[in-house]
Amino acid sequence: MRLDKVIGALDKAHRNRFVIGVASFVTVAGISAVAVGCGTTEKDIEELPTPVEDTLYVYNAGEYIDPEIIDMFEEETGINVVYDVFETLEEMYPVIEAGGVIYDCVCPSDYMIEKMIHNNLLQEVNYDNIPNIKYIGDDYLKMAAEFDPGNKYAVPYTWGTVGILYNTGMLDKLGIPYPTKWSDLWNPALKNEILMQDSVRDAFMVALKKNGYSCNTENPEELDAAMKDLIDQKPIVQAYVIDQVRDKMIGEEAAVGIIYSGEILYVQDELEGTDVNVEYAIPEEGTNLWIDAWVIPKNARNKEYAEQWINFLCRPDVAAKNFEYITYPTPNTGALELLDEEYLENKAVFPDTKELLRTSEFYHYLGPEGDALYNNRWKTVKSS
Amino acid sequence: MKNNTSRYLATPYIIWIVGFIVIPLLTIVYYGFTDRNNTFTLNNIAQILVWENYRPLYRAMILSAVCTAICFLLAFPLTMILRSLKVGRSSLIVFVFILPMWMNSLLRVLAWQTLLERKGVINGILTALHLPEQHLINTTAAVLIGMVYDFLPFMILPLFNALMKIDDNTINAAYDLGASYWQTLTKIILPLSVPGIVSGVTMVFVPALTTFAISNMLGGGKIYLIGNVIEQEFMQDSDWNEGSGLSLVLMIFVIVSMLIVNHFDDKSDMRKGGVI
Repeated sequence: MRLDKVIGALDKAHRNRFVIGVASFVTVAGISAVAVGCGTTEKDIEELPTPVEDTLYVYNAGEYIDPEIIDMFEEETGINVVYDVFETLEEMYPVIEAGGVIYDCVCPSDYMIEKMIHNNLLQEVNYDNIPNIKYIGDDYLKMAAEFDPGNKYAVPYTWGTVGILYNTGMLDKLGIPYPTKWSDLWNPALKNEILMQDSVRDAFMVALKKNGYSCNTENPEELDAAMKDLIDQKPIVQAYVIDQVRDKMIGEEAAVGIIYSGEILYVQDELEGTDVNVEYAIPEEGTNLWIDAWVIPKNARNKEYAEQWINFLCRPDVAAKNFEYITYPTPNTGALELLDEEYLENKAVFPDTKELLRTSEFYHYLGPEGDALYNNRWKTVKSS
Repeated sequence: MKNNTSRYLATPYIIWIVGFIVIPLLTIVYYGFTDRNNTFTLNNIAQILVWENYRPLYRAMILSAVCTAICFLLAFPLTMILRSLKVGRSSLIVFVFILPMWMNSLLRVLAWQTLLERKGVINGILTALHLPEQHLINTTAAVLIGMVYDFLPFMILPLFNALMKIDDNTINAAYDLGASYWQTLTKIILPLSVPGIVSGVTMVFVPALTTFAISNMLGGGKIYLIGNVIEQEFMQDSDWNEGSGLSLVLMIFVIVSMLIVNHFDDKSDMRKGGVI
């Protein structure tokens, strides 16, 4: 996504695709999009060596693992890892679907896993080869069963919430109470202080939850109400961004921003030693819960290696080390025991799951018609 | 013999044209006229009649027209000054104005982000002078500034070339025949520089009309142009069909605006012929 998706982090290597796309903006935008789209896939095919016996092909989101862990795995098992990254799930899906490049292990999010199961792209995991599954908390497996009934296909890797990150100093100065609900983001006193997510489902989740609706609704009236709310909110929103929320909050560009809970520790680490204080609130109306999990595509060549890889990542010391690097909450109970108390007491990062599940939901795959209901209304919001 | 050699030398260009222009264009046309199930439809083209699509197109037309006008108003006096300085094409002062073109345009827009941000350079200076902070970023004005800054060299260069080509004798003859400065400017210099104006206008208007990066970076996702609509169709909605349909419509708008601009060019040629 997101060109958008997309911009402040030019320093990130995985942004290349976007940069190439933008560089050719002198030509008609559409042409470049197709050219870049085709180019990426072809390049990937060329660059991959012919499959060898002892090689595992892994496909994960960018900056979503401690690179040392890949080396550790190679050293311990003697399996050679080819590790590729994608920027968005929407970019990953056609690659797996086309099957031109064959990966043994992929790490998508909940609704995308649901779509892949629905379209018959995944194979069942053999838990005999993953004894470390015992370290994944039951609560999380139960949560994962929402999009993967019976936990047949997906082994949870990280999980979290979407919530409001706010700068206490700036809000104090403005005399605005700290936000506790989504509806607080419609307060006119927050004019030019709000950073909204520039993605369809996340933006609509905020407005739907505010009105007490499900964030998976396909009821046109509920969606229209949410659309109207988003249009009403637009004049007080400072910007619609994705990755930039993190950096803009660190730079004190805005007082509140909607963010994934995995980013909080990074922001707080960056601000340590300064007099800037940010806090994270999970809104009372409930929010979106997400899980990223490892799955094995149907056409994988080395299923056993993939299972060895998943098993390795589920080992408590590995999961703990990885958490400290990526700061996205781990569902690994063994790893939690190894982590600093300080982390676990951080209710923003590790909220009480039982409480959350009463009000919060996962995104579900809605199919092309369901997606269109959201996409068309999002365009109306952006155009107005 | 010679013919064969030139045919041989043309091969890379033919491969280039077919592989990187014709095939992508046909792909766009194919996607634009089919739906998800690969059946023929005009629906993607008709999408431009929907408010959500023509409003961003209208907004982009206005913004790029204003941007082109500002670029012209800035570039014309500048090139007149450069002309009167009698500097050569390789002089330092020309070089300085062209220099930004050598830098990635995305980086130049990123620099404006740093300048205009709330805690950015401009507000930093204002705060230091005990003046109130201004809200600059994520506004239409910010997008316009980014466009003008990004595309100004594309207006300066062709204008400069056109003005340098005008023979001093032509201008002196006008003065000799009793023309005032204003008359010389409007009746001699301006008409003779029309080819430069035409290519400058084309080189500024077209990229400004299709941009999505500048509006994204300086508009904070709030200034939605037709380029952003197409980008969303491809990158977020995975609707390549509608994205291609809208790209085709945009291409038609680009072609039409170029035809209109070239019309002025032809007229000026005719007038020139009449005078001589």
